[in-house]
Amino acid sequence: MPALIDLVLAGRRVDGHRPWPRAEVDADTWRFAAGQLAEGRWSLLDLWGEPGRVHMTLLEEPAATPAGAGIATVSLDCPGGRYPSVARHHPPALRLERTLRDLYGLEPDGLPDPRPWLDHDRWGVRHPLGAADRAAPPLPPYDFLPAEGEGLHQIPVGPVHAGIIEPGHFRFTASGETVVRLEERLGWVHKGIDGLMAGAGIERAAALAGRISGDSTVAYALAFARAVEHALEVEAPPRARLLRALMAELERLANHFGDIGAICNDASFAIMLAHCGVLRERVLRAAEACFGHRLMRDRVVPGGVAVEPANAALAALPDLVEEARRTFPALVELYDTSASLQDRTVTTGHLSTELARLYAAGGFVGRASGRGFDARRSPGYSPYDALSFEVPVREDGDVNGRVWIRIQEVGQSLSLVEQILAALRDGPIRSVLPAGGGEGAALVEGFRGDILAWVRIGPDGRVERSRLRDPSWFQWPLLEAVIEGNIVADFPLCNKSFNCSYSGHDL
Amino acid sequence: MRKLLLDGLLRRPLTEPGPGAGDAALDELAAALDGAARRRLGRSLSIRQVDAGSCNGCELEIHALNNAFYDVERFGIRFVASPRHADVLLVTGPVTRNMREALARTWDAVPAPKWVVAVGDCALDGGIFAGSYAVEGGVSAVVPVDLHIRGCPPSPTELLKGLLALLETVDSR
Repeated sequence: MPALIDLVLAGRRVDGHRPWPRAEVDADTWRFAAGQLAEGRWSLLDLWGEPGRVHMTLLEEPAATPAGAGIATVSLDCPGGRYPSVARHHPPALRLERTLRDLYGLEPDGLPDPRPWLDHDRWGVRHPLGAADRAAPPLPPYDFLPAEGEGLHQIPVGPVHAGIIEPGHFRFTASGETVVRLEERLGWVHKGIDGLMAGAGIERAAALAGRISGDSTVAYALAFARAVEHALEVEAPPRARLLRALMAELERLANHFGDIGAICNDASFAIMLAHCGVLRERVLRAAEACFGHRLMRDRVVPGGVAVEPANAALAALPDLVEEARRTFPALVELYDTSASLQDRTVTTGHLSTELARLYAAGGFVGRASGRGFDARRSPGYSPYDALSFEVPVREDGDVNGRVWIRIQEVGQSLSLVEQILAALRDGPIRSVLPAGGGEGAALVEGFRGDILAWVRIGPDGRVERSRLRDPSWFQWPLLEAVIEGNIVADFPLCNKSFNCSYSGHDL
Repeated sequence: MRKLLLDGLLRRPLTEPGPGAGDAALDELAAALDGAARRRLGRSLSIRQVDAGSCNGCELEIHALNNAFYDVERFGIRFVASPRHADVLLVTGPVTRNMREALARTWDAVPAPKWVVAVGDCALDGGIFAGSYAVEGGVSAVVPVDLHIRGCPPSPTELLKGLLALLETVDSR
């Protein structure tokens, strides 16, 4: 069985890409990699592009290699704007390739689904980051996939939903109450972030990165900052690395508390939302007291962190941990012993371990279905290598399983906050970024899964290209799979138990 | 559950006093609203939120308005599921071109009198996303805006100040 490094050796290794290798390969090697993905030897971490070239980042699952996760990026020049489709062999690449075609005009040979994805024919320009054709003919109407059978009916939902939620369109085909097929139509909140990143200064690019998905602003800023630091071969000071982890764990706690309550609320169990909402608010207030912003936006910057937290606020964090430990178990017990709630969550929206593995699903979606990947553990990054935590994994894969992973992660994050506070020492919080350029990448664990950042910085110190891949890319398609055979009324539960990011996906 | 409910009865509520209407918001609104419309609503506003391309940060803080600390419903402000039930559209995001039509159609579905509140720095003028091929550059590029609430995202307190100003101005005097 070939190792990932053999793939890199088969191509021309690019100098100065850190921390994992990037190699320029030929079309045969590209096809070979697609075949290996299809056979399940490797996992797809991302597939993205730039004018005239496609890139693909691959993962050797940590469980499969004694040395831990192996990661490599391969790049293929596309003369004539064409490249061999990966999605033809490996379906998780499908929406990525459709996106690449929409934005750059790169044509995957053998793409199984040629419909556009992010391009809704509203931009006034076709292939905006490629040839930028302003006089292109209109796109044909978007055809949803057919579902045929007696008595089937369709339910179109969105893009504007009945709640305080992001926009997306869901096309249900139902037989009575049972969902036969769900098809997602996304792209509504596409803001063109890839295009805005190109040519931006580091500071502006970092601010953009922190606005890709607001609920993960810390994780995104951290992923981008670490990619920049790898590119420029500079490290954030130890105190900054601990403060970043502190922010990341507070963000995880806030999201887990909020979402556990919201999932229960989607089963009309409002008392959980009320109490979990109090815990979430406590976390956000602690974050504001420490870092001056409730969501801690713009606090993680390339080189370190932007603000030194107030000592009194840091000293109050153990009280937050104590309150959560005191009040959360009663909520967990309430969740676990309320038959009416369990009736809605147990066995609902089941995701098989095979599908989770195929799509390399990250976060609680993957971990509730047997895939124990956590970027904090593997490939791992500072300061988590010096902290003690467990990565909970289950195999039940239903809404209840995903809730329980998050319940267990709350406990881990509370412990991490304590460990970080104990390890904090005085010291500088920001390293100066050296002049010059380079290429860097980073994999960071946000609350919903691993965020992959890649950046190429030019000799003038500005971003030439940057790519940030949300975990939702590999979770959204799975939501279509898990809802099949469930009743329409359970869709909000399934959806909230995934809680994919629209903005992070649409970019 | 009984213990949780009992605790809820016996303990003091977490809900905090409202912040009062924001001065800046009152100034902006004074010009925007006419008296006849104010009289029709009484002290109540129904809000339909529309995400027109936000990063979802504003949505998190709008959600927080419903938690025990801010409890927005005590002021007569509530979120509704349909634009046809709404007095106010609360719009976030720089308005992506892909969302332009959906926003305009949602606005069309709100019965008059109606108001639009644009939430967040990018809803004002596109903010950090301004200049992209994919954004319109602010809510007022698509529908008329009566009040802007700044912030990235605005805190629940800032949101409350703006909404209370709207309520006060809309209310008959």
